[in-house]
Amino acid sequence: MPEPVISAQNLVKAYKVKGKPDFLAVDGLSFEVAPGESFGLLGPNGAGKSTTMKMIGAVSTRTSGDLSILGLDPDQYGPEIRSRLGVVPQQDNLDGELNARENLYIYGRYFGLPGKVCQEKADELLAFAQLEDKAKSKVDQLSGGMKRRLTIARGLINDPRILLLDEPTTGLDPQARHVLWDRLFRLKERGTTLVLTTHYMDEAEQLCDRLIVVDKGRIMAEGTPASLIREHSSREVLEVRFGSDRNAQVAGQLGAVGDRVEVLPDRILIYTENGEAALERVTAAGLTPITSLVRRSSLEDVFLRLTGRSLIE
Amino acid sequence: MSATSTHPTLDELRAEALEWGRKPRRRGSWYVTEHMVRAMRAYGWTIIVGALGQPIMYLLGLAVGLAALIQAPIVDHGQEVSYLVFVAPALLVTAAIAVASEEMTYPVMAGFKWRRYFYGFNASPLGSPQIANGVIAGAAARMFVAVAAYYLFIWMFGAVPSPSTGWIAIFAGVAAGLAFGIPLMAYAGSIEDDKGQFALVQRFLFMPMFLFSGTFYPLETLPGWLQWIGWISPLWHGAQIGRVATYGADVDAGMLTVHVAYLLVLCVVGYLWGRRVFTERLAK
Repeated sequence: MPEPVISAQNLVKAYKVKGKPDFLAVDGLSFEVAPGESFGLLGPNGAGKSTTMKMIGAVSTRTSGDLSILGLDPDQYGPEIRSRLGVVPQQDNLDGELNARENLYIYGRYFGLPGKVCQEKADELLAFAQLEDKAKSKVDQLSGGMKRRLTIARGLINDPRILLLDEPTTGLDPQARHVLWDRLFRLKERGTTLVLTTHYMDEAEQLCDRLIVVDKGRIMAEGTPASLIREHSSREVLEVRFGSDRNAQVAGQLGAVGDRVEVLPDRILIYTENGEAALERVTAAGLTPITSLVRRSSLEDVFLRLTGRSLIE
Repeated sequence: MSATSTHPTLDELRAEALEWGRKPRRRGSWYVTEHMVRAMRAYGWTIIVGALGQPIMYLLGLAVGLAALIQAPIVDHGQEVSYLVFVAPALLVTAAIAVASEEMTYPVMAGFKWRRYFYGFNASPLGSPQIANGVIAGAAARMFVAVAAYYLFIWMFGAVPSPSTGWIAIFAGVAAGLAFGIPLMAYAGSIEDDKGQFALVQRFLFMPMFLFSGTFYPLETLPGWLQWIGWISPLWHGAQIGRVATYGADVDAGMLTVHVAYLLVLCVVGYLWGRRVFTERLAK
């Protein structure tokens, strides 16, 4: 196993709150990321994912614990580490006074790249982001998806060893998300190490080789998407709806239908190896759901199992 | 994709990062300056029209209008000079302060809040002190252009009797502009929400300073209870240095030192404050 490019041991970030004990946004995270790996942090809003990303990005200092990025301590070597990272923040922070190409050019200058190299890289990355015809457009004239792609392109101006993506597709329509995923797959193929946070389980399943499930600043589980599902959920899930006023009442009669039953406000989830067979057992018991759906288990189910809450609340 | 042996070793990656970090550590402030100056090009015409139009208007108004009314020379420290010669250095300093009140307020708010581009700078090798430096240097560059243009005009209007030292007024102007602007930048960086604070700065800081800092008449003309405005105002201190430079105003060496020191202190205190504000806010 090659040495990890990111290594965190008992990472803690505490914020002072007036008149209260310190708030632990990150509470003892330990994980490692191998070179070329695509590593995800999955969790709901406020789980501590962005705070962890800021510490990995060497912009926010840790309260305690050990952190090493590319073999360097971010407290001491912030600029050196950042010079080899690409960062795609949650909120776009492009300069609206400049056009798309200038945004790339000037960002390259921050890394000390010569002007000519910045020009070449800017053109190459505009092509990568499929924005060649928008090179001269002011950032404000671009759509949300285009701005995201431009921000990703900007993060690649220094051929980074590690690309950090914080909620890369939040707020994008499905088509724009797929275009973006495609670009990220290409980077993965080139061997760029990707670290991303997301609260979309499909995104985590699509993009991550391995992930940690984070809640309230702590790791709830770690593994590949498939192994997490295998370990913490059944193969299939039967979703049935009896109407919001009846779901809780009917759930009591469904105990024997599957391995486990989870009641949500709008539906009942029945975890089972065979969804169709479970549905037959439901109807055989004389219960007729308004709607029913059999699907594969997902990371959403893993999260629900581990925390008792759903990812998007 | 799983890790493959083609990836460089950790030692190689560490060495590479140390090498890449060298240039931004040394020159990062200039990279930010370059960005700020490039961004100014978006409103380049406003800058040029302001830098040329303002002096022409003021000087015509005062030289042709007001000076015609004020026939008697101004007596400054027992020295008699024409009204225009007296007013010109203060107007020049005002131009720098006007640039400061634009470049060190809204772009700072944009960098932290509206556009958030300071966070983008900070995700690159650039550190927060370098971002503050770049904002200051970018504003200073624009101040220099505005003040140098102003100097050219007052010279053409015949308001620089001692051209051999007169050019020093340009630097006095930039220094006064920064003495006003750097603390303002720190303040702008500490504002979470724009509730019209900058408009208040314009009305209740800039305007009184302009009116009561010995701009249009010697400060001593004012009653004692109003003179303090001049004393705390970088405009008065800058203008006095400018007057020494352009017409050899009779200011003793001790006072001249006070004028220079006051501007320096404002710059240094503002800078330390600004660095702290930038560092804390970007690490949040």
